[in-house]
Amino acid sequence: MNPARRRLTPYLLLLAGVAWLLVFFVAPMVYQASTSVQTGSLDKGFRVTWHFATYWDALREYWPHFVRSLLYAGIATAACLAIGYPLAYMIAFRAGRWRNVVMVLVVAPFFTSFLIRTLAWETILADQGPVVRFLDAVHVLDVTSWLHVTQGHRVLATPLAVVCGLTYNFLPFMILPLYTSLERVDARLHEAAGDLYATALTTFRTVTFPLSLPGVVAGTLLTFIPASGDYINAELLGSTNQKMIGNVIQAQFLRVLDYPTAAALSFILMAAILAIVTVYIRRSGTEELV
Amino acid sequence: MTAPRTDPPAAAPDDAAPGTGPDAAGAAPDAVRLTGLGKSYGSFTAVHPLDLAVPAGSFFALLGASGCGKTTTLRMIAGLEEPSTGTVALGGRDVTALPPYKRPVNTVFQHYALFPHLDVHENVAFGLRRRGVKGVKEQVAEMLELVQLGGLARRKPHQLSGGQQQRVAVARALINKPEVLLLDEPLGALDLKLRRQMQLELKRIQTEVGITFIHVTHDQEEAMTMADTVAVMNAGRVEQLGAPADLYENPGSTFVANFLGTSNLIEAEVTGTSGTDLTLVSAGQRLTLPAARCRTAVGPGGRVLAGVRPEKITLVHGDDAAAIPEGRNRVPGRITGSGFTGVATGYVVDSPVCPELEVVVPNVERDSRLVPGAPVVLHWNPAHTFGLDAAQDIDAGLDAGLDAGLEAEPAA
Repeated sequence: MNPARRRLTPYLLLLAGVAWLLVFFVAPMVYQASTSVQTGSLDKGFRVTWHFATYWDALREYWPHFVRSLLYAGIATAACLAIGYPLAYMIAFRAGRWRNVVMVLVVAPFFTSFLIRTLAWETILADQGPVVRFLDAVHVLDVTSWLHVTQGHRVLATPLAVVCGLTYNFLPFMILPLYTSLERVDARLHEAAGDLYATALTTFRTVTFPLSLPGVVAGTLLTFIPASGDYINAELLGSTNQKMIGNVIQAQFLRVLDYPTAAALSFILMAAILAIVTVYIRRSGTEELV
Repeated sequence: MTAPRTDPPAAAPDDAAPGTGPDAAGAAPDAVRLTGLGKSYGSFTAVHPLDLAVPAGSFFALLGASGCGKTTTLRMIAGLEEPSTGTVALGGRDVTALPPYKRPVNTVFQHYALFPHLDVHENVAFGLRRRGVKGVKEQVAEMLELVQLGGLARRKPHQLSGGQQQRVAVARALINKPEVLLLDEPLGALDLKLRRQMQLELKRIQTEVGITFIHVTHDQEEAMTMADTVAVMNAGRVEQLGAPADLYENPGSTFVANFLGTSNLIEAEVTGTSGTDLTLVSAGQRLTLPAARCRTAVGPGGRVLAGVRPEKITLVHGDDAAAIPEGRNRVPGRITGSGFTGVATGYVVDSPVCPELEVVVPNVERDSRLVPGAPVVLHWNPAHTFGLDAAQDIDAGLDAGLDAGLEAEPAA
C-alpha cells in the first residue's frame, strides 16, 4: 500500500459513521433548531423569524411538565438503583454457575416490545386486578394515597403507576452497567479488606461501592436520560395529571401541529438533561476512578 | 513426622505476645499454635490434621509444591478458611471461631490485592482507619520509609512496578503491628532478580520489626534464604520441619531429599558395621554410611538408600583414580552430560550404582579431559552420606519440584 493511501485509510473507515451522524443527527438537529425559531401557521407555512420568545413561552406554559418529568425520572432511577444494585451484586459475586442464566433473565424482557410490556403493566395494575385488590386489602393504598401517589382504590392513572412503569422498563439499563463494573471487582479485595479489620458492611462501603461507581454513574445516566424523555408510560399508565414533557412534545408535533413550540421544548429538555448530567458527572468524580 | 514441634528460640523477644494464654510452662506462648488443624473438601483432604508451633519472633516458612495444603493452612490461620478439625491459637489465645477482622494477624496476599481506587497512602492507612487509630499520617509515613516508598504516597497501585506494589502490600499489613504476619507466595509474581532482592528486603524488615512471619512458598531456595525454620509440606502433611541447613543436610525422607535441592540416592544393601559406621554394598561398590545419619533401623542384609548431595562429590578422571585418598566412598562411572553454569559445572554420570548421578564441581581448575564419554571416578567423604528408608519412592518430590516452578494459583 502506498503512503498516500495509508494516510487516507482511517478517514475512509470513518466515512460510514460520519455520514450516519450527519444524516441522522446533525441534519435533524439543525432542522429542529431552525424550526424552533420559526413563526407561522400550518396553512400559511412556517418561516424563520428568529422568534426566540417561543422558548420562553413554552417554558412558562409547560414548566410543570418539565418538573414532573425530571421528578418521575429521578424517582424511577433511584428505584432502579435500589432494585438493581443488590441484584447485580448477587449476580456478580454469588450466582456462580447460574450467572449466565440470570443475566439472560435480566435481558429477556427486551425480546418483547416496549409498548407491549407497558400495556402488560396496564393489565397488572388494572382496577379490579389481583395486585390492586391485594394492595387495597393490606391498606398499602391508604398509605400511598396519603402520600398523594395514588388516588382512592386505584393505582392506574396515578403517579405511582407511571413511576412503576418507568422503573420496570429501564431496570435492565441499570443492571447491565452495574453488573459489568461489579464483575470486575476482584473478590480477593473483599478478603484483603476483611483481613484489615473491615466488617462486611465496611468492606462494601469503602471498597466494593467505590469500585462500582463507574457502573452506578453509567446505569443512572442510561436510566435517567431516556426516562425523562419518555412518554409511553405516562400515556398508557397515567392520566392527564401525570403528563410528562414527552407527552407534550408528542402532542405539539402530532396533534396541535405547533412545530416551533415542539422543537423549542425538545431543545429545552436536551439542555436541561445536559446540564444535570454535567453537574452529576463532575460531582461523582468518575474520571478519578480506574 | 506428622507432629513436629520446634523448640522456642533461645532469645524470644519480650514484646512477642501478650501472655494471656494458659501456657502451663509459664514461658512466652508460641505466636501460632495449630492443634490437630485439618481441612477436608468432601472426600478430599487438603490438610491432614497437623500440629505446629511457631515461636514468637521467628521467620517460619511453609514450603511445598502446588496443592500440598500450605496455602490452605495459611488461610486457616488468617481465618479466611474454616478448618474441618482442630484449633488455631495465636499468642496462647484460641481464635478458631473468630472472623478474620478480629484476629491479630495480617496477610500479604499472593497478588497483593491492593485497593485500586485508593492511593498508596490510603492503602497503607486502611487498617488503621478501620480501627480508628490516631496519628495515621505519621505512622503511614514511617511505614513507607521502612519499605522505602517514601516519595510514592500519592501514586495509585496501577502506577507502581511489581516490586513497589509488593512493598505496599507488606506495609499495609505490617502497619497494624500484627502478632503474626502471613505471607502467601508474596514474591511469586516478581521476576527472578527482583525476587532475590525482595527476599533480603523482607528478611531485613522482619529482623527490624521483630514480628513473627509465616511465609508460604513453593520456592525452596526462597524458603531457605529467608526462614529460620522451614516446614516442608507434601500432600497435606508436614514431611519435615527444621532449620534450612539441617533440612538440607539431613533430609528425613526421599521427598525432602529431592524437593529441597538435589540428592543422589543410591540403592544399597547393608553388609555390616564397623565402629560407628554402616558398611554398604551397591553394584559391587563398597560404601560407608555413619550409623547416626541413617534414618532407618536396618541390620545386615537390609536395604537402604544412601544419599549424597552433588556438591559434596569430587570428580576425577579415571586415569587419576590412584591418587584418591584411602577411606573415601568411591564410585566409578562415565560422564553422559555436562552443563556450565558459571560458578560451577554440573555433570551427569552414568554409574553402576545409579544411572544418573549428579555432580557439581566448582570452576576452580577445570580438567579438560572431563567431557561426555570420559571414564571418571567419583569420591566423597563418607561423613557426607545420609541413609533413608529404602521402602519409599526413590523419585518422590522430583515432579513436585518441577511443578512448583509453574505454579500460578494456589489450590483452593
